[in-house]
Amino acid sequence: MIELHGIIKRFGTYTALDGVNMSVPEAQVFGLLGPNGAGKTTLIRIITRITGPDEGQVLMNGRPMTDADVATMGYLPEERGLYKKMKVGEQALYLAQLKGLSKTDATKRLKERFERWEMGSWWNKKVEELSKGMAQKVQFITTILHEPKLLILDEPFSGFDPINAELVRTEILSLRDQGVTVMLSTHSMPSVEELCDNIGLIDHARLMLHGNVQEIRRRYAENIFRVEYTGNRVALANALSYTGELIDSKEQGESGTARIRLGKGSSLNDVLRQLLPAVQVRGVQEEIPRMHDIFIRVVSETTPENVTAGMTE
Amino acid sequence: MNKIKLIIWREFITRVRKPSFLIMTILGPVLIAGGLLLTAFIASREATTHNVLVIDKEGVIGTKLKDTESVKFYLDGREWDDSTFQESPYTVRVNLLQDVLITPQADLYYKKLPSEFAMATIRNELEKAIELAKLRDEGINKEAYDRVRKPLDLKTFDIEEVSTQSFAKERALIGFFFGYFMFIFIFMYGVQVMRGVMEEKQNRVVEVLISSVKPFQLMMGKIIGIALVGFIQFMLWIIITTTMVGVGTAVLAADKFDPKQLAEQGMTAEVQAQLDKAEAGDAAAFDQSQITDLIEQINIPLVLGVFLFYFICGYLLYSSLLAAIGSAVDSETDTQQFMFPVTIPMVVAIIIAQMAVYNPESPAVLWCSLIPFTSPIVMMVRVAMGSAPMWQLALSMVLLIVAFIFTTWIAGRIYRTGILMYGKKVSWKEMGKWLFYKG
Repeated sequence: MIELHGIIKRFGTYTALDGVNMSVPEAQVFGLLGPNGAGKTTLIRIITRITGPDEGQVLMNGRPMTDADVATMGYLPEERGLYKKMKVGEQALYLAQLKGLSKTDATKRLKERFERWEMGSWWNKKVEELSKGMAQKVQFITTILHEPKLLILDEPFSGFDPINAELVRTEILSLRDQGVTVMLSTHSMPSVEELCDNIGLIDHARLMLHGNVQEIRRRYAENIFRVEYTGNRVALANALSYTGELIDSKEQGESGTARIRLGKGSSLNDVLRQLLPAVQVRGVQEEIPRMHDIFIRVVSETTPENVTAGMTE
Repeated sequence: MNKIKLIIWREFITRVRKPSFLIMTILGPVLIAGGLLLTAFIASREATTHNVLVIDKEGVIGTKLKDTESVKFYLDGREWDDSTFQESPYTVRVNLLQDVLITPQADLYYKKLPSEFAMATIRNELEKAIELAKLRDEGINKEAYDRVRKPLDLKTFDIEEVSTQSFAKERALIGFFFGYFMFIFIFMYGVQVMRGVMEEKQNRVVEVLISSVKPFQLMMGKIIGIALVGFIQFMLWIIITTTMVGVGTAVLAADKFDPKQLAEQGMTAEVQAQLDKAEAGDAAAFDQSQITDLIEQINIPLVLGVFLFYFICGYLLYSSLLAAIGSAVDSETDTQQFMFPVTIPMVVAIIIAQMAVYNPESPAVLWCSLIPFTSPIVMMVRVAMGSAPMWQLALSMVLLIVAFIFTTWIAGRIYRTGILMYGKKVSWKEMGKWLFYKG
């Protein structure tokens, strides 16, 4: 749905984004990852047309994006807030109208949504009377009220308690199922694994990692398998011989779990062939790295000096 | 376009609904009208009667000094020491010094400082008495002297409108009041714009907004919305003040007293001169027909038109700059260093405008009436007194339009970067860089 081609953005001598190419597929959840100051917010602001790139192009559905496309977006910025002195309902109505909804339409949708999320009594409250989490909920509603085709959420879970975070998570997934493209930036890696279909990892103004979450995790897999077995641990270790290496194992009486790294040139089948005579194999599972580990690996490997090297890999 | 209307409406309605708006709307006129009426009241009704004891050892004063309602004169030829005076019912003691006819000097001792008004009466009466004594000594006939002494009635005319007497200075004063008022308004509401921008930035609501509207629309919506608030408040003030002064005058007039005239006099530095003239037996300094003449001489549609124009453009000029300042800083305390250069031209303009009242043809006045940052108030004075040629007025207006387009453009560029910039101490150099960031 959205494609970025060679996006470069400079602020004076500082380069915030340095040739970012990225594509956000339609009706999926895309996670924009990266350490603080990597350029995520700048990239989001370019997509939301708050600021423009110095070079490069943003395509929406294959054609260059225009100001009119902004109306089909819902954007929840990281630095978000509401007018403190305004009433909740009035304010939500104002924001919805700025997004192009008519007053009657906006009122109807808001009332309905407020009822559904048990916020009916908030309508005439002033924003300063709401807790931070309540205000966040109001903001989230105003972001999705105009039924955007593209939802951009910068740190959507910060400030929510677990119950409301779950509410937002469910809402994001249900919107995706209705065909909405969601782009979110977050520091919470478990929620990336849970929510995102695709990710892009930015560090030092460059896109370091891009693609389907499952594929990426598999790509970073180190050929480690978890084998559940019944039998003798020594027999298992001996049986591996050249095909693999026993990293560690845990035993509970007769049975145990061993972590095995495949040897160079051997496949899981080779290993199993060796193991089957020695122990009884009860289960095999590949150990896929967590996004958390991948993130740390990628980011700690990137220093400004080897950014270029990382890119060519 | 609809979005900017929404923004204007929000800016307007949230401010008008605030209790402080209602309070200011009522309190402003109460203070203005109350102040006017009070000064008039106090001025007219000298609370105390001054019993003035004039010590005239040389017996210079031949005739009786004329008493007024608040000043009563008593003559005595003896020396009074301070303690006797203290215990006496007299409140003021004037010692005519020796040889007062040669070197006219007198010392005034008071228990309570008499008002300027009373002082003027005392000085006047004594001067007249001394004058009479001198005439008598010199053997000059009083009637002859009066004929000789008739002051020159110097009426001024503009060569281009010979038919009527020119009241250039009075007209300039009116222009000055218009201009002065305009600047106070511009500053008051300009600062509100700045505060509003800062509020949006501090609330973090601004990025939510600019995902729906262009930063420039947001800025202009705020500027226009606040201008409307000011306009409504201004109108209400005029209506309420006029009503209050009207009612107040009517009530007080029942006591044979004209607060309006006194209030007007009280406001100019010329009170003294006019009172002196009046006391000297001349015709009232400003009679009714002259006031009508003065009003007729002011080209009211032109002055009002010019006022509106400079008001609107001046407001746009200053409020856009103040909006830019508001966007660049994180808190009120950081605004000081940026406010200073914005307020300086305003202060200069007011000083030059005062100068224009008395010296309309000076080059500084000409230049300042053309330079956009000072032109609103200075040109206002020149137009009111009719000393600005059409081409200068036109040039000044064009320059102001160009300037406000330019400042709004600059402000827009600073604004759109500034509102998204948090936790950074901004310098002039930094703001300069923002101008050249690509949109």
